[in-house]
Amino acid sequence: MRPVRCLLMGVALAALTLIPSGCGETAKENEILIGEYSSLTGTTATFGQSTHRGLTMAVDDINNAGGVLGKKIKLITEDDQSKPEEAATAVTKLISRDRVVAVVGEVSSSRSLAAAPICQANGIPMVSNASTNPEVTKKGEYIFRVCYIDPFQGEILARFAYNSLGIRKAAILKDIRNDYSIGLAQYFSEAFKQMGGEIVAEQAYSEGDTDFKAQLTALKPAAPEIILVPGYYTEGALIVKQARELNMTVPILGGDGWDSAKLVEIGGQAMNNTFFSTAYSADDPDTVVQNFAKRFKQLHNEPPDAFAALGYDAGLILFDAIKRAESTEGAKIREALAATRDFRGVTGSITIDAERNARKPIVIIAVQDGQFRYRETVQP
Amino acid sequence: MYVLTALVAVWILSLFEHSISPYFYQVVIYIGINIILASSLNIINGCAGQFSLGHAGFMAIGAYTSAVITTNLGLTPGNFAAYPIFALALVAGGLVASLFGLLVGIPTLRLKGDYLAITTLGLGEIIRVIIQNLDFLGAARGYTGIPKLADFFWVFGIAAVLIFLIHNLLGSTYGKGFVAVRDDEVAAAAVGINTTRYKVIAFIIGAFFAGLAGGLYAHFITYLNPSQFGFLKSFEIVVMVVVGGMGNIVGVIVSATLLTILPEALRPIAQYRMVIYSLLLIVIMLSRPQGLFGRRIKFGRRLKKSSA
Amino acid sequence: MSEFLQQLINGISLGSIYALIALGYTMIYGILRFINFAHGDVFMVGAFVGYYVTPHVSAALGGSIYATGLVVMLIAMAACSLLGVAIEKVAYRPLRARPKLTILITAIGMSFFLEYGGQLVFGPDPKSFPQLIPAGTVVNSQNLVIGINSIVVIMTALVLMFLLRLIVYHTRIGTAMRAVSYDHRAASLMGINIDTVISFTFVLGSSLAAAAAILYASVYPSINPLMGIFPGLKAFIAAVLGGIGNLYGAALGGLIIGLTETMVTGYLSPTYRDAISFTILILILLFRPSGILGKYEAEKV
Repeated sequence: MRPVRCLLMGVALAALTLIPSGCGETAKENEILIGEYSSLTGTTATFGQSTHRGLTMAVDDINNAGGVLGKKIKLITEDDQSKPEEAATAVTKLISRDRVVAVVGEVSSSRSLAAAPICQANGIPMVSNASTNPEVTKKGEYIFRVCYIDPFQGEILARFAYNSLGIRKAAILKDIRNDYSIGLAQYFSEAFKQMGGEIVAEQAYSEGDTDFKAQLTALKPAAPEIILVPGYYTEGALIVKQARELNMTVPILGGDGWDSAKLVEIGGQAMNNTFFSTAYSADDPDTVVQNFAKRFKQLHNEPPDAFAALGYDAGLILFDAIKRAESTEGAKIREALAATRDFRGVTGSITIDAERNARKPIVIIAVQDGQFRYRETVQP
Repeated sequence: MYVLTALVAVWILSLFEHSISPYFYQVVIYIGINIILASSLNIINGCAGQFSLGHAGFMAIGAYTSAVITTNLGLTPGNFAAYPIFALALVAGGLVASLFGLLVGIPTLRLKGDYLAITTLGLGEIIRVIIQNLDFLGAARGYTGIPKLADFFWVFGIAAVLIFLIHNLLGSTYGKGFVAVRDDEVAAAAVGINTTRYKVIAFIIGAFFAGLAGGLYAHFITYLNPSQFGFLKSFEIVVMVVVGGMGNIVGVIVSATLLTILPEALRPIAQYRMVIYSLLLIVIMLSRPQGLFGRRIKFGRRLKKSSA
Repeated sequence: MSEFLQQLINGISLGSIYALIALGYTMIYGILRFINFAHGDVFMVGAFVGYYVTPHVSAALGGSIYATGLVVMLIAMAACSLLGVAIEKVAYRPLRARPKLTILITAIGMSFFLEYGGQLVFGPDPKSFPQLIPAGTVVNSQNLVIGINSIVVIMTALVLMFLLRLIVYHTRIGTAMRAVSYDHRAASLMGINIDTVISFTFVLGSSLAAAAAILYASVYPSINPLMGIFPGLKAFIAAVLGGIGNLYGAALGGLIIGLTETMVTGYLSPTYRDAISFTILILILLFRPSGILGKYEAEKV
């Protein structure tokens, strides 16, 4: 019965071929291995590459300062191609083959959700730098994040629109392919209505779309005073541009998915009178932040965005936790992470709360003349 | 019976599943699932010659169906009673997928070659979009919390059964019918073969096993997202079939194995992975289009069509 | 009512771009009887050529916006023609005698190669396409805005289609193309060099794709290496809808798809936008596979 035997042979063959290619990284005596999974390629490659830059800078900084517990940090990076199933595979490889002691990642909540159960099951702490969907940290006690969560972000955006801009009627244009967008839209909507505001219209688009005139034209008759676009900057910029082309001059609001230099590159002058919330502002006069921004610019020829800054902070908080734990054991690092209080990162003062989310301020940025202008900070 | 021997062998091997690195284990499981996927597509593409580009759609249906069943019944691994229900859930997934296979098969019988390809591609995408918009299936968020019930035994056990089935199928009248339709549909119809029936049957069987593969995938990775089942996935499966040699059982198994290992081996240069993959495909098509193990398809066919 | 007019203009503008791409598909199918999956990616390359070339052209021409746009478009068309011919020579020509499936897979492989190679070479991040059509509006009321770019897109598409028709119906090479699409064996017996004709078809198709790309990128100024996938697929659907192999059909199909997409997105549900296009495709293939303007070809023994 050739085929079946061939099948079994094939399996044996596969197992054999994997062995030589299976030389994972082994920790040298004086090294601590940290894993990173990011979207270095694929549809959200810029997020992953930014994170990677921030994280590597953190690694270099800490190693130059003498390392942690007398050892150097070694970063092993895996690309997840912007796909959740690849994130799962990447993390499995990092944990079982490379034997990292902790994992940093990801920006996209979908990918964090795919990887978290694996980290949790293996007792390896995971620190997400920018996933804002609340479900991520609910996956287990080993899962942390150094950014705020969407319920908070949605509420802040609602408060900003209602109080600072005096708006009572809002419209929402969300990305139906992205649960970050759906979540943020929902939290904004709830908070805004609770304050007494009204959501007059809601439309949706799909990540990757380039033409939004149809949806915008459909929103117009409801005469909103502001439009919330809780998606990524790639579509956000185009949406704003097309809205302006349709004579919609109302302010437009975004979340941290807008944070990228590309936003103004693509949007141009249309971006005037828009705002977005984020974790980091380059205008923050604090020396720590300015220092970070300057060095980053020297290395990479462009200023850091929030994902780089959060990547940097995720790294530093993790290394600090390892130092406080005085061990590289998963359980001990976990304890130390959970006990993080008022850690001064470049994205603000970070305290990890009981749900393993970060309590930290949100910054509102106003976009004017192609520049990001700091508008206000909101404390938790 | 050979199948029983194979199943016993699989079961024995599965006892070792926890003593190898989880990473290896994961790759091996993926190999098994891809073997099932590629072989099931082989029935449609390779044996019956219907160029289907939407296979990931059937996989998605099977995945979500079985996942919904097991999560709503609250199954957990480790609970011995969960397994029979798991089997039923898998079969249910396969059946729903084959229902769609039937729906796809019937109207598309009039279409040939390119048109069929595009239609199946479109159908695959429609399935994906629909799942993406159904909130109870998790929409874009994804469907989480699926119990991890699939393991080596299930995956390779089902693979062994499928291989056995295909082997027997090819030798039977059905099999000869498929091959006749593939080689020259007009001639087959002319000798009285009900081409419709064979094409539809091929779709149903192929879809059923793709659904099973989907269910296994869902219960291994424990997380489903509609973006995993797009055209790219369908294309990956097609590549496995074509590279292995359409209609060739062993060839497809080997190519599924190799093409699962390849991306892992290329991890260090992940940025170049798809570029190499596509170049490889082009090169193989140019130099050995019958696949690694396939037979050269007769030259005569093309000339016949153009003089019609 | 004005909302309807607005959607109408949006739809026609989008449809014109789809039409240009669809023409490429339909010509290649008419001659070679195969779907060039890589066409959408040639479109993408056109956009990137435009992106890189514009600063230099603009500097050379001293910033006259229409002239720059025209020159950039011509350069992109030339570049894509070369690309199209190269692809045909390297990947499709050797497979001409092989079964259809082989060449189809090669085309898909080529498509992925261009996409991921593009990500490697250009970088995966979206780039901001420079402004080649002046901003500003022709009609600017509260309820109806017709931008200059909509007008330019529609006019350019019309001019190009007119030129194409001129070439195909009033030149020798055009006649040769039509001959080959009817019966390539007879055509070659009449002394027509099939290879030249095929190459020329790719030149035409790829040029139109490049032009479409420049127009598209001017209206939606964010380009990335994966941008050709969906426009390519929809343009293909448009070609099938109108009757594949039929030039007028492709234009008509493009318009219909553009309009339908805009109307459905605006009035029904934007999230089913892609599904709508595919559904149209399937319905057409099931009920009238020859398309609106096509002739039905029975497969004779």
